[in-house]
Amino acid sequence: MEEQLNSVFASYQGEKSELIPVLQDVQEELGYLPEEAIREVARFVRLPEAKVFGVATFYARFHLHPRGEHIIRLCCGTACHVRGASKVADRVKDVLSVGVGETTEDMKFTYEEVACIGACGLAPVMTIDDKTFGKLDPDKTEKTIKKFGEDSSEGGEA
Amino acid sequence: MSAIELTIDGKKIEVEPGTTILEAARQLGIDIPTFCYDPELPSNGACRICVVEVEKARALVASCVAPAGSDMVVHTASERVINARRAILSLLVANHPLDCITCEKTGECKLQDYCYRYGVADSEFSGEVKELSDDDSNAFFVRDMNKCILCGICVGKCQDVIGAGAIDFTKRGFVANVGPAFEDSIEDSTCVFCGLCIDSCPVGALIPKYSLGKGRPWEITKTRAVCPYCSIGCNVNLHVKANEVIGVTPVETNPVNRGHLCIKGKFGWDYLKSGDRLTRPLIKSNGVFLEVSWEEALALIADNIDEVKTRYGSDAIMGLCSPKTTNEESYLFQKLIRSLGTNNVDSYTRHCHAPAVDGMMEAFGSAAMTNSIEELSDTGAILVVAADPAESHPVISYRVREAVRNGAQLIVADPEPIGLTDLAQHYLPLYEGSAVALVNAMAYIIIEEGLQDQAFIDKRTEGYAAFKAAVSKYSIQDAAEVTGIGEEELRSAARAYAGAEKAAIISTVGANYSAAGGGLVLALANLALLTGNLGKESAGLYLPYGENNLQGVSDMGALPAVLSGYQLVKEKAVRDKFSRSWKTEINQNAGLSAAEVFTSGENSAIKALYILDENPVTCIGEENVETVQFLANLDFLIVQDIFMTETAALADVILPAAAFAEQEGTYTNTERRVQLTRQAVNPPGEAFPGWAIIAELAGWLGFEWIYDGPSDVFDEMTSLTPQYAGMSYERLKTRGLQWPCPSEDHPGTAVLYEGRFSRGLGLFTVVDDQTAVPSRTEISVSSAAAYHACQCQSDSMSKRSVINNFKRDSGR
Ligand code: SF4
Ligand code: SF4
Ligand code: SF4
Ligand code: FES
Ligand code: FES
Repeated sequence: MEEQLNSVFASYQGEKSELIPVLQDVQEELGYLPEEAIREVARFVRLPEAKVFGVATFYARFHLHPRGEHIIRLCCGTACHVRGASKVADRVKDVLSVGVGETTEDMKFTYEEVACIGACGLAPVMTIDDKTFGKLDPDKTEKTIKKFGEDSSEGGEA
Repeated sequence: MSAIELTIDGKKIEVEPGTTILEAARQLGIDIPTFCYDPELPSNGACRICVVEVEKARALVASCVAPAGSDMVVHTASERVINARRAILSLLVANHPLDCITCEKTGECKLQDYCYRYGVADSEFSGEVKELSDDDSNAFFVRDMNKCILCGICVGKCQDVIGAGAIDFTKRGFVANVGPAFEDSIEDSTCVFCGLCIDSCPVGALIPKYSLGKGRPWEITKTRAVCPYCSIGCNVNLHVKANEVIGVTPVETNPVNRGHLCIKGKFGWDYLKSGDRLTRPLIKSNGVFLEVSWEEALALIADNIDEVKTRYGSDAIMGLCSPKTTNEESYLFQKLIRSLGTNNVDSYTRHCHAPAVDGMMEAFGSAAMTNSIEELSDTGAILVVAADPAESHPVISYRVREAVRNGAQLIVADPEPIGLTDLAQHYLPLYEGSAVALVNAMAYIIIEEGLQDQAFIDKRTEGYAAFKAAVSKYSIQDAAEVTGIGEEELRSAARAYAGAEKAAIISTVGANYSAAGGGLVLALANLALLTGNLGKESAGLYLPYGENNLQGVSDMGALPAVLSGYQLVKEKAVRDKFSRSWKTEINQNAGLSAAEVFTSGENSAIKALYILDENPVTCIGEENVETVQFLANLDFLIVQDIFMTETAALADVILPAAAFAEQEGTYTNTERRVQLTRQAVNPPGEAFPGWAIIAELAGWLGFEWIYDGPSDVFDEMTSLTPQYAGMSYERLKTRGLQWPCPSEDHPGTAVLYEGRFSRGLGLFTVVDDQTAVPSRTEISVSSAAAYHACQCQSDSMSKRSVINNFKRDSGR
């Protein structure tokens, strides 16, 4: 990891104002922001680790854990909530045995919850990568995820 | 710019442009509630509890960020405003635990107060309450983030003021929180346990462990005292209930610490209650200590002193004074020893600072911090060499941070990163031992580029030509090679220092018991003279002492060659003045120094020794064996202390003394500020204030001293000591006074050498040695024991305190 970090740092000065671009590049390089990388970034831009950690946890685009092959985003906006998103959420967590923001052991799926994605007419809604699935119920959701997993393991034509 | 006039709640007021509505209202005595506002942090306008209604403005405005405008008409308590505040409180209360009955903050909690003020009893929003577990990982405070209202003050204090950077906001939305990186416990963070977050939190989220279950705010009386640890002399409020200190908060209104403390001041006072405290006089009989009455102990001392005096003469008696004693105690101590006919009185730890004292004596003709601590905040550039103020004198590091926030350039020259490196625009990781070369190179560059203050040099200094010739002997390339710092860095550091209107230098090299440090002190003095950075505000040389009253104890004349105010024993007029006042003859020969005596082993001329609050047995590292030998050879050893120390164990008589919170008196901090410390609780058992013990003993020795209290002692001292002449307890009450203060209408002296140096002209000294001076890190490795010696009295306190639990691993 040291080499990868150094290659990112090489194009920066180590100024405090560079924090966010540095984090972005590090994430690009490593796929996520492991603890050790956050410590090194903090040292590099001379900011407290707490500050860098705070920034990394504030922006949704930063990830502190490795990300799976597929990203499931379940909408928890008002419309989806009213139409049973939380039951869907429970099932997803159950099927994949993950919590919010976590990745399955086989590194296949990362599960995230998001605010309204603007498809309220289809509520409850989730996306897997760039595909949208609407009018979900727990069973339908489970099937969709299982199918997605199988398809992609067969050669990933999706 | 002209003043702005506005109307707040029907009252007119004129304020400076840039004043916020909140500040203007406060000037009128109107109380607007605030959560996230703090005068020393940038306002973020996050909580909005401070909203007010401005006529003609559509929305309510946050008064802590909105500037006052001309002809504004402001209402701070209109119905609209109050409804808005109620709504905010209601939201906060919705996910607040509301366990006010047991909460330590009850009575001092802003959330509770404002809910009471605006009649918010419960929330109309039913919110989810957070269920985070407390962080009580450490020995000092509990963090209950369920009570946190996310005002962010602790984050600002920790990052900007203290520079520890232990905590920040994490995540966002409902799960947003404040805490250390990686959700670690505070114990595993970079927290230095300064306690500032605790003192600033508006609610009960951060609670010091010492006060858990100890008392309610209304049961507590607060007594103002001075922290006994270091030479900054922070002012503290001691919280007392039933003759017990149960907490400490910083005083906010004094110029020294302005509401800030470090771990020692905040948490280090619990040694007061240590089981090791001495509570009765002890006499050694057949190798064991027996508790005796004061009369017995004092009679025995008087008999033995008389006997030594008759058999060996007065010069066989010596007094060793701790730099932790009050001015009153040390003044009376040297008076007593001198009244016995000898000048053998010294303060052991003073020799730790000899390089700083000698260097400044040579350059300026007197030795003390040239400027005040608070002035640092307004300086334009700061050079930190061979010092780590964040470790040694935290409050100085807070002021440095403040200066940088105000736009100052910071130059840090140290082989290793120190606690201020993160902030330094110029960090110079020079090679070990090359500090003099670095400072000389800066001087060379300043002269070469014509940045020196020629008018100052011409008018106020001497020795410039020789100095100029000496620094010009080496090229910048030479310097770059010796120091390991490139030419460009050297140049930009020199320009930063010389280019500032006012620039200050901070170094603790003098505190390192190393003769070589003297060269660096002289080189730094040269640099300040060269740029005219002396005799004016926010400039000068800051070489802070270690122990809290080292300055005062020296001022009081607990030194072998001088009486109080550095008046020479060898001068007849001085002796006559003191003889008249004391009604006793004063020996004309300077006494022996502690360093001489303690290394004389079996051959020592000293037969009776009286030690105040010093523990030389463990203090002086390698010389230990010699010291024990010397002490064992005495006919009679008296130790007056608050603890049974290794040295006390060797004594013939032990006298139990009061500690800082148990007596009234004065201390003189490292910026020459004389400050009053008060009694908050009674001493344990039969322990007595040191000054009173000495005065009582004087009676047993046949002297007729009558003092009604410590202020009597102080008054006698000021009548004999020109630097202190204008001071009295009354005048010291709020801000203290900095010496010299020659008369009762004199305001004290913040800045030394305005117009004139003590020796007349400031002296440039050639320090032509490129490699002689060890850097801070080198010292801390090679002379660790010696450095430790300078802190030994503090150690005997801190090792009996909860702060002994705090061990920061070196990696910063
Ligand atoms: S105690 Fe001081 S260092 Fe620790 S978190 Fe609080 S402000 Fe920061
Ligand atoms: S812990 Fe206290 S000071 Fe810190 S953000 Fe929470 S409420 Fe504010
Ligand atoms: S900086 Fe010094 S005086 Fe202030 S609290 Fe700390 S030890 Fe005490
Ligand atoms: S609330 Fe889910 S898509 Fe809008
Ligand atoms: S106090 Fe003004 S917004 Fe918080």
